[in-house]
Amino acid sequence: MATVNVSNQMCRPFVGTVQVLELEVDTVRALINELERLFPGLGPQLEESMAVAIDGVIVQDTYLEPIGPDSEVFLIPKIAGG
Amino acid sequence: MNYLGKDVQLKVVGTRPIRPDGVEKVNGRAAFGADVAVSGMIHAKVVRSPHAHARIKSIDTSKAEAVKGVSAVITGTDLPDIPSEEAFVGEGPANFREMSHNVIARDKVLYDGHAVAAVAATSAAIAEEAARLVEVEYEVLQHVISVEEAMADGAPVLHDDMFTQGVDPKPTKASNVAKRVEFKLGDSNAAFAKADVIVQRQYKTQPVHQAYIEPHACVVSYNPDGQAQIWCSSQGQFMVRAFCAKLLGMDIASIRVMPMEIGGGFGGKTLVYLEPLALALSKKSGRPVKMVMSREEVFRGSGPTSGGTINVKIGATMNGRIVAAECETILQAGAFPGSPVGPACMTAFACYDLTDVTAFGYDVVSNRPKVAAYRAPGAPISTFAVESAVDELAQKLGMDPGELRLINAAKDETKAAYGPTLKNIGFVETLESAIASQHYTSGLGEAPKGKRRGRGIASGFWFNIGGESSGATYVNEDGTVTVVSGNPDIGGSRASMGMMAAEVLGIEVERVRTVVGDTASVGYSFLTGGSRVTFATGMAVTQSAEEVRDDLCRRAALIWEIDADAVEWRDGHAHPAGENAGKSDPLSLSDIAAKSGRTGGPIAAKSSINAQGAGPGYATHICDVEVDEETGQVAILRYTAVQDVGKAIHPAYVEGQMQGGAVQGIGWALNEEYIYNKDGRLDNPGFLDYRVPVASDLPMIETVLIEVPNPRHPFGAKGVGEVPIVPPMAAVANAISNATGLRMPNLPMSPPHVRAALDAAKA
Amino acid sequence: MAKIHVTTKINGEDAEFLCEPQQTMLDVLRDELSLTGSKEGCGSGDCGACSIIVDGRLVCSCLMFGAEASGTEITTIEGIANGDTLHPLQQKFLEHAALQCGFCTPGVLVASKALLDANPSPTEEQARYWLAGNLCRCTGYDKIIEAVMDAAAEMRGE
Repeated sequence: MATVNVSNQMCRPFVGTVQVLELEVDTVRALINELERLFPGLGPQLEESMAVAIDGVIVQDTYLEPIGPDSEVFLIPKIAGG
Repeated sequence: MNYLGKDVQLKVVGTRPIRPDGVEKVNGRAAFGADVAVSGMIHAKVVRSPHAHARIKSIDTSKAEAVKGVSAVITGTDLPDIPSEEAFVGEGPANFREMSHNVIARDKVLYDGHAVAAVAATSAAIAEEAARLVEVEYEVLQHVISVEEAMADGAPVLHDDMFTQGVDPKPTKASNVAKRVEFKLGDSNAAFAKADVIVQRQYKTQPVHQAYIEPHACVVSYNPDGQAQIWCSSQGQFMVRAFCAKLLGMDIASIRVMPMEIGGGFGGKTLVYLEPLALALSKKSGRPVKMVMSREEVFRGSGPTSGGTINVKIGATMNGRIVAAECETILQAGAFPGSPVGPACMTAFACYDLTDVTAFGYDVVSNRPKVAAYRAPGAPISTFAVESAVDELAQKLGMDPGELRLINAAKDETKAAYGPTLKNIGFVETLESAIASQHYTSGLGEAPKGKRRGRGIASGFWFNIGGESSGATYVNEDGTVTVVSGNPDIGGSRASMGMMAAEVLGIEVERVRTVVGDTASVGYSFLTGGSRVTFATGMAVTQSAEEVRDDLCRRAALIWEIDADAVEWRDGHAHPAGENAGKSDPLSLSDIAAKSGRTGGPIAAKSSINAQGAGPGYATHICDVEVDEETGQVAILRYTAVQDVGKAIHPAYVEGQMQGGAVQGIGWALNEEYIYNKDGRLDNPGFLDYRVPVASDLPMIETVLIEVPNPRHPFGAKGVGEVPIVPPMAAVANAISNATGLRMPNLPMSPPHVRAALDAAKA
Repeated sequence: MAKIHVTTKINGEDAEFLCEPQQTMLDVLRDELSLTGSKEGCGSGDCGACSIIVDGRLVCSCLMFGAEASGTEITTIEGIANGDTLHPLQQKFLEHAALQCGFCTPGVLVASKALLDANPSPTEEQARYWLAGNLCRCTGYDKIIEAVMDAAAEMRGE
């Protein structure tokens, strides 16, 4: 089960006080779908405006990135640059 | 694509060949945006608001239109009204409706320099003359410039529909605060009780402009069939295409953007200002239109980065371990929301291993140009404050500031203040290298009478991004290779692309030429920014080169009539392998290319990817200064930039990024700022009074490249371009503090401000 | 107002053009003569991107009227190389990676040539002060100075 941290302020309107979840998800797509199932509205929020850090590596704008069975996943705002 | 590994012998990557586009850059032939001329071209000038905040009551263009030689005049009504739509653009979330309103004002002007109309005429001189005849009736409103003014009770509100996001309960009254953001780990408030020593201070920075030497420029040709061509300087030809399509209500396929050479961007050219106006004018006039900003327009009308107010509080135990940290960052966004307050908060404490930390902030609008990205947006601002505070902590504890950082340094497996656990980072390596360096361990030398010398150290972090990139590799009929990159080259990336392809193909880099493709000639690439091109587009190019290499082997097998897997590629040649080894002479690229038709067709591969896993970058800078007690002038005596660069594909260009970024940071620290008068007008829209560093201000910038390879890139590359601007302000401020005993919490530390601080201390 | 007819010598070749009285030499180079190597960075003589050499003197072409070119000898970036052979300064700039975006490079090269014409053995400090009128935002000046010093040494035969 991946450990998914949704404590970021951007998730709060959807998850309330929930901070960490154990989820059975193997890709970012699966994560988006599962979070949407549990907290309606969070799916599009994550897909459009957020990035995920999987075991420390930040990924964004991808369905395909794999999530391991013991991965730590963190939801954070999308990153840009200049 | 995974890292090929430390044991792979590299022949080209890591060397310093001359860039493929170099000669035309030194002989004046390279074509930048303003160098383009097309048949039938006319010229346009923008009419800009002289008021910081005003309602537009009417615009009368009749006198302008009557001028002989004027072909078209546009106002806000000539761009379609588009709905509010959030999008993630170069520097972060943005709104297309707001972008359109920034490009040309609708009912209100929100800053001195805001575009209200544009005139196209047969010469630039006539366009300028006619622009002066556009009559705009304004109802001048009260304006606000600083965040304090914008947030004050009763402040004039820029947008009636702005209700602060991220606060609970949601406000019912409109204000200038667009949003609040927060990142926390543990409970910093409670953890301060554990601290033996606390430092707490407020810091202020001013907006600074990216100050690229090339003003914005474009030539746009709109044809009656609805198709358009754009030649422009930008950080992203696909971004220009997409934004113009959105703002003008056109299909993306109807616009073709040719990226010209770009004379500096640093984030400031990750969006559009002139292109949508030129499109509308070209459509209205039926002629191609050229638009170039003057330097004054660049300062008045294009986005600087935010200035802000930062409140930092750090608590530590006597042995130097930081037990609690808090940072509040209030950033100006300019006329529309979108300051980089999020990344400012996320990066503030990213160098440190902390369990109880809170970083929060506000995005505040005010009557200045809308901010645009500038190298590691947000990070230099919050880092200036935090790294100054860490230095103050070191002084209070009587500890060496480098050692204090080492005690608290983020390492592999450290939980970052913004959440995730960090992996494969090289921060400690940069610290240890800096602390052990000849620079750090040497004496400062005796200061002449009336001057004081000091040394400062500071560190910094930036995420770096990957993203969508495209590239292609073509083997030409004579065996030379053409590589096409999807990204404009702002730092020498063409050289690195060619080097990676040459490495994969085992040939000399001189046989590879790299060009930047236009939007119709190469696959989609996200813009050049976020330090992503060598990483992501490099990966796409490498992948396409590998496909070509595999195809070359297949062709060789066909030529020799052996099994495809019985061929290996070595030293730029196909060699028969296994039981056929030695039976035929090796085939070079030109040998195989000569038979490309017979073996299946042209030898080419393209690659479009979404590269993930860009490695974050860390840097530690050391700065020696000499402060003149009488004038307050600060001279930089010596500067060393140490950075974890992953793998330096072309070391000279990596060094160049480190040196350029450090010097921009020095300018930010010592001199650069916008000076507004009481009417909210910019008093210094030129290089005379907006003082960027010049050659005589600086010593050589020493660079130390630490290579901790990124396992997610075939050659281990990480982004390097943005991190170098993050530490310098604090490094300089800490050096001045070391020299004078005074903390400098406000930027810029220009001579009048330093002198005032020295005088105040004497009093 | 009638245009002014000007005859001059640019990069060793006779040149003539028509210009408006208010057109700067930079405007003339770029718009009338198609010599777009000199760049406009500021239009007010503060950035040096438009640097040219007029009768042996380093000048910002944006601060000179086109009409003032009459009877003078002018060198622009297009005239620095010797036909196919790059000037040592140009060669050293490439070897030292003394350019990133390349926009300031023409002006810096012309100014550097004027430096070495006036002083073939500048110290680092002299080179930095001479080039203080040429703004560069990309390089931090480090590799530019290295290239200039190296070119100077080569031209002295060292």
